[in-house]
Amino acid sequence: MTKQIDTDIRDQKGRSWIYSDIVKEHFFSPQNLFMPGEEKDYKADGMGFVGSPACGDMMKMWIKVDPKTEKIIDCKWQTFGCASAIASTSMLSVMASEKGGLSLDKAMELRPQNILERLGGLPNRKIHCSVLGDKALRAAINDYFKKTKQYDRIIIEGAKIIDNVLKVTDKDIEEAVLEGADTLEKVQEKTKVGTGDPSCLPDVEQLIKFYKDKYYN
Amino acid sequence: MREVYLDHAATTYLLPAVKEEMDKYWELNFGNPSALYSKGMDAAQSLAKARGRVAKVLNCNSQEIVFVGSGTESDNLALQGIAKANEVGEIIISTIEHDAIINTAKYLESIGWKIIYAPVDKDGLVDPKELKKLITDKTVLVSIMYANNEIGTVQPIDELVKIVKDINSNTIFHTDACQAGPYLDLDVEKLGVDLLTLNGSKLYGPKGTGLLYVRKHTNIKPIIYGGGQEFNIRSGTENIPGIMGLVKALEIATADKEKEVKRLIALRNKFINSVQVNIERVNLNGHATKRLPNNINLTFEDIEGEAILLYLNEKGIMASTGSACASHSLDVSHVLKAIGLPYELIHGSIRFTLGKRNTDEDIDYVLEVLPEIVARLRAISPVHLDEGKHPQVKQ
Repeated sequence: MTKQIDTDIRDQKGRSWIYSDIVKEHFFSPQNLFMPGEEKDYKADGMGFVGSPACGDMMKMWIKVDPKTEKIIDCKWQTFGCASAIASTSMLSVMASEKGGLSLDKAMELRPQNILERLGGLPNRKIHCSVLGDKALRAAINDYFKKTKQYDRIIIEGAKIIDNVLKVTDKDIEEAVLEGADTLEKVQEKTKVGTGDPSCLPDVEQLIKFYKDKYYN
Repeated sequence: MREVYLDHAATTYLLPAVKEEMDKYWELNFGNPSALYSKGMDAAQSLAKARGRVAKVLNCNSQEIVFVGSGTESDNLALQGIAKANEVGEIIISTIEHDAIINTAKYLESIGWKIIYAPVDKDGLVDPKELKKLITDKTVLVSIMYANNEIGTVQPIDELVKIVKDINSNTIFHTDACQAGPYLDLDVEKLGVDLLTLNGSKLYGPKGTGLLYVRKHTNIKPIIYGGGQEFNIRSGTENIPGIMGLVKALEIATADKEKEVKRLIALRNKFINSVQVNIERVNLNGHATKRLPNNINLTFEDIEGEAILLYLNEKGIMASTGSACASHSLDVSHVLKAIGLPYELIHGSIRFTLGKRNTDEDIDYVLEVLPEIVARLRAISPVHLDEGKHPQVKQ
């Protein structure tokens, strides 16, 4: 069933506006939302965010961790962004905290693809720009490691962050190039890299050239 | 559920009277105006009359009206047709033109024309002083839209024409009046323009119809070749039902103009005032008074346009946004960029454009629903923009 929806939505070269029913459900009835005022009493064990309002998307996540089991027992969030940004963050919060909670190690491994599967797909053009919640979650977990002085466990993406505002990494750029983005503009279309922090653009151009040479030369 | 269509700048429905007019020409009076038998000649006569009726509205000669297939085609004919008929030189367009102008200008740039952009101020008005500086003896064409489709700002076209012609009397002036059609004065003598674009789908007429007013003796060449219809400027068998519909719609709009403008301004102002009283941190984009009677363009801080649109849609309200997330190109609105709006505010912009069938009750309904939607999305949002400061994250 999920596969079917997937195909319907994504076979239209990303021009489609169709959101799956699951996306709509999470957009109109978001789960694990942080309501204003709740922050003060929540006492999060970790907080992380990604994006900026200028980029059009920003996610902030708070987690509570059981120190014994190292599982995420609660996960709350806030998002500025479009329907898919809101729905994907909502779905991520469910994935992180459902069934007794995800272990920190497993949560660190969550990627946009995992969220997409659960959402029943998204219009192609929405994937790279709006599914950023996993980065906010990793930032929250790193924050927890920092607070609990487990500095050696902090993982910054397993890749190098190129854009400090959007937390776009060299891996993201590699992926974009592999998907056919061969100019800065096209890579930006997919990743929005540099829209919040243009100072990284020379590095981005270097990387595009590097990956183009590596894969297409 | 109540359905409230507030996207009249995108397109309008067809009025029954217009449809009725068109119905006569599909099956019964279907002739080709170029034919010599009576069915053809009847069609030719209807076409000639239609041209005369448009000429009356625009206060011009009927030979100066060229019927085309859309507003976009009319814009293309204006720019490309003038470019073809003249030696390569400079074209000035404003930074807030419709894509039909901007992308045609970009094409002309690729074949050697110099395209110069006239800047606008924060309200979207073309700065006359800046425009003055851009005009040279090489300026072949100036194209500035009458009223903007996104922010509704209305340009003082007559004054701009005067500025241009005072410096270079040979410069041709084109205005895209598609949005202005139902609301503003279309008298080409008063405006002083050489070319003016109108289309049917913005004034309760049929889609796929448009016209270009071409002032007598203006040097223009066709961009579509064929049987030489429309004074050799636009070939192709005339779309008589479409043309009759366009003309009828234009006449109705003209007859209703005074009353409808008053009614819409009252509705528009009620909308804007209520939103500004009942919703915090919302800004009006475009000029406060020099704006189309039906245009409301607002920025809701801290939230994103596509999300607002979809929540509105759930309530049966249809509007549009300048946010990148809702555009196929993922680019933000070039118009909102041109008036200097920062990205974070462009993302939260929504355009409501009123129309003939919107009632007081419709607006009351929107005004009842909108504050809840904004509050709901703001509750989800981690952003809290501080005026005059760099965007802040809620702590």
